Order: sequence, then C-alpha cells, then structure tokens
Amino acid sequence: MSNKVSAKSYWIGYQTIVIKEVSRILRIWAQTVIPPAITMTLYFVIFGQLIGRRIGEMGGMDYMEFIVPGLIMLSVITNAYGNITSSFFGAKFGRHIEELLISPLPPILILAGYVTGAVFRSLLVGVLVFFVASFFSDLQIHSWPVTLAVVVLTAIVFALGGFINATFAQKFDDIAIIPTFVLQPLTYLGGVFFSVDLLPGVWEKIAMVNPILYMVNAFRYGMLGVTDVPIGAAFTIIILFVLALGTICVTLLRRGTGLRT
Amino acid sequence: MYALEARNLKKTYKNGVVALKGIDLTVEEGDFFALLGPNGAGKSTLIGIVSSLVNASSGETKVFETSVQKNRSQAMAEIGLVPQEVNFNQFERPFDIVVNQAGYYGVPRKIARRRAEKYLNQLQLWDKAFKPSRTLSGGMKRRLLIARAMVHEPRLLILDEPTAGVDIEIRRSMWAFIEQINRDGTTVILTTHYLEEAENLCRNIAIIDSGRIVENTTIKALLSTLDVETFVLDLTEPLERAPQVEGMEIMLRDSTTMLASLPKSSSLNVLFKMLENENIEVKSMRNKANRLEELFLRLVDKQPGQVA
Repeated sequence: MSNKVSAKSYWIGYQTIVIKEVSRILRIWAQTVIPPAITMTLYFVIFGQLIGRRIGEMGGMDYMEFIVPGLIMLSVITNAYGNITSSFFGAKFGRHIEELLISPLPPILILAGYVTGAVFRSLLVGVLVFFVASFFSDLQIHSWPVTLAVVVLTAIVFALGGFINATFAQKFDDIAIIPTFVLQPLTYLGGVFFSVDLLPGVWEKIAMVNPILYMVNAFRYGMLGVTDVPIGAAFTIIILFVLALGTICVTLLRRGTGLRT
Repeated sequence: MYALEARNLKKTYKNGVVALKGIDLTVEEGDFFALLGPNGAGKSTLIGIVSSLVNASSGETKVFETSVQKNRSQAMAEIGLVPQEVNFNQFERPFDIVVNQAGYYGVPRKIARRRAEKYLNQLQLWDKAFKPSRTLSGGMKRRLLIARAMVHEPRLLILDEPTAGVDIEIRRSMWAFIEQINRDGTTVILTTHYLEEAENLCRNIAIIDSGRIVENTTIKALLSTLDVETFVLDLTEPLERAPQVEGMEIMLRDSTTMLASLPKSSSLNVLFKMLENENIEVKSMRNKANRLEELFLRLVDKQPGQVA
C-alpha cells in the first residue's frame, strides 16, 4: 500500500523532531540547563550585589533591577544559539541528519523542529534565571505580551542564526567562532550591563546599529517599562531578522548546502 | 509499474569527478534486484540520488512513478534505505532510533512503538532495544539499520552492502529476513560485493562500471552466457600433477582437489573417461560457486585480484 504524505504525517514528523530535541535537552540537563543558571547567579552576585551597590542607579533604577532583563536575554540568546549549533552540527557530524534528509519531511519542518527545540531550551534557562534573579531583586512584569513576544522572537532569531552557522560548519571549531567573536561582544555591548546614554557621542550612534541592543531594550521595556530605543522599531527589527534568517535557512536546507552533495 | 525508473541520470561532483555518465535503469515492482559494480563505479552515487542525499546534475529518477526531483516528499515516503555506513546516533537506544524514524515518515507514535518491537524482534535485537546503540556489535548495528529502514513499511527497500563485515550466520539470517520482506511484496534493490549473495537472492541484475550500466538483465540470462563451467573434484588419492585433456583446462588447487573447466557443450563423460584411464578416483564433485564473479570480472574488465 502506498505511503501517502499528508498534513497529518508532516505534523507527526515535526512533533517527532521536537520530542527528540526536548528529550535530548532534558537527558543532558547537567550540560544544558544548570551551567547557564550557575553563570547567571555569579553575574547577579558579582555585578548586581557587590559592584552594583557601588554603581547605584542605571537608567533611573537600581542597578540590580536594571541588569536582570539583560542577563535573562543574555542566557536566552546564548542558549538558543548554542543548542541548535551543537544539536544540528552534531547530527551532521555523526551523519544521523541523513535520517531526516531521506525522510519525506520538507525543509521548513526540519528547521521548525530544530528551532522549537532551541526555543524550548532558551526559555527553560530564561525561566530558571528569572527564578534565580527573584532572590536578588523584587521582580515585576510591566507588560506580559511584550515580554513573552520579545523573548520568543529573540530566541527564534538566534536559533536561526545558529542553524546557518551549523550548516556551514565543517568542524567543531567552526561552531565556536561566531559565539566567541561576534555574539558575545554584540551581546555585552547590547545594553545588558549599561544604558547606551553612557556611551560618548559617536559610540552611542555605533551602538544603535547593534540589533541585540533593540532586543535587550524591548525585553527591558516588557519587564520594567523603560527602554533606550523605540519599542516599535525594536519589534520591526526582530521580525525582519526572523524573516530574513528564516528564508536563508530554508533556502540552504532546500539546496542541501553542507548536507547533500 | 516500475518501482524505480532512472532516465539519463548524470552526476558530476564539484571537484570535477564524473560519477554517473547517463544511467538508464528500471526496476519492476516486486523485484529483487542486484546492483553490482567495482568500488567507485557509481553505485552509491546512484543510490544517493534515488534517496535524495545526492543532487543529480541532470536526468530524472522516479519511484513508483513519482519524481524524486519534482515531488521529493512523496517519493521518499516509498523508500527505505539501509546505508553502507552506520549513521544512527550512537548515544540513542535502538528502540528510540526506530520509533523516531517512523515518526519522520508520519507514523503515529503508538503504531511506531508496535512496529519497532516487531522489527527489532524479527531481527533478533529486542533484548538490546533499550541499551545504548554504541554497545551493539557490528552485526547488530547492521540489523538495526534494516529495522530502521523497515519501520515505515516502504514499498522499495534499498540495501547498500548490508552484509559487509557480517559473519555468515548473521548474514544468512539477514538474507532470510530480506527474502521474506520481498515475498511480502516489497521491492528490494541490493548492492553487494558478495556475488554469491546476489546470485542466490536476486532475480534481475545491473552491473555498473565507470558511471555506466554495462549489463542489465536477469541473473539467469546472465549466467547462461557463461560458456565455460568449472567443477571442483575431491580426489581419494593425492596427485602430483594435473592430467591433460584436450579441450579442457585442468589444474590442481592442492594435491587432492582438482579444478576442471570445460565448455558447456562438452560431455562430462569425456572427463570421467580420462579420470578412469588415469586411475584417478573421485570422492565427490561440485559446481564451482562464484559463476557470477567470472561474468562480473569479464564485464568490468578486471582481474580477479582487483575485486574488492
């Protein structure tokens, strides 16, 4: 009997990738969930408690309160990116990505499955960091819709970015270069620890072309109601990134770049 | 209906290597088909194109009349692939590997679990189903690849050297399993370096060499073109040198084993008359295996030592 593909068979295929990814993340929780929580606790203790007390206020609020949204976003960004690069490149390196490449699943669903897994991990870590932060600061949410929309969309942006990185990577070193030399500097300079008002003249203008600044500030707006950038512009930039990177990812998968010969 | 139809299939890799130079090939539904060729002949490229792991430079491939190039998803739903190399996640358990593979093909999880148990049982892997797959032996890993390829119950099963490096006992149990699958209606395409395997299992054959099909016929028809037959005779007493008979090639493999090659048109009586005259007593006699190997070597123009 013929095996007909259908919307239902595609849905089951997508679910399978998600189940597999989520199981992997939870199975190796000591590598995927706990280290970011420990790192962020150290950030809260050192920068928030010890140094923060001397800094006083930032952006019109207590320094600890100011860095909480930034540190949550920092963990969301690095975990979304890191999850997909290690998982997808690992599958490529071990050749078990061929299980998916020979299946009937269309490229967009393979991508969606991996991105969902990355978003799951980044949100899980984000919630954990939020929980840790609640011990150091009296947390409040100014706007739930903005907070959730920004965190999910940002996670998608960096999952897509990580996917492109993993597609072109030939060896494990290749998936460490972008996070170290691009992602980390942009995140640290993206207003996690300071308000862009502090930057002198031309540096403030340069900082404004950093997309992570918009993401961190939009999230800070969602939590605290304050931002260095217009919230509409932030959403526009994030959505444009999702669309552009998503299109690149699907095109790469369809062509089989780095996967098919 | 054709299970597989390849038309003018060409493939040139980015490094300039021309792997396929215009392959035309058809495999009937329900067939047990052998695809043979020396290393580097283009077999794996052809299988790669059929299973969409390799992009063809030109030409078209159809699986049950669905174009791989135009409707990849539907074509792939009909194929199960057992690759040459082990390519599952060795940190996962066999049961999960098989169940997940079924999921990618849209098999609901409940049914996938049932089928995983069925195929792992049939391939004698059920007792290892929940152990890390990296702990399986080489033969077990090969059988796991077959279980994974069968779990969505494809209409076309492609096996790329499934028994390479597998001991004879396991190889025979794998043959029995694959033969049963074929009897149940699944079309099977097999590539192998064990020509005896192809001769025993397959009905039709294509031999590929340097990116071209050099022969495509039934195994029976191919073997009938063999005009010389070789017999192995076990002797009661040792001999020092082989006797000479006109029109036959006789040689000693060792002092008590004689190989006699004679044209199919010749009578065996001539051979036995000579043996009687020379007082040579024969304990037993059998047809030399690897008849296909002789033809294979002739078709791909290689010497015996060059066969992988």
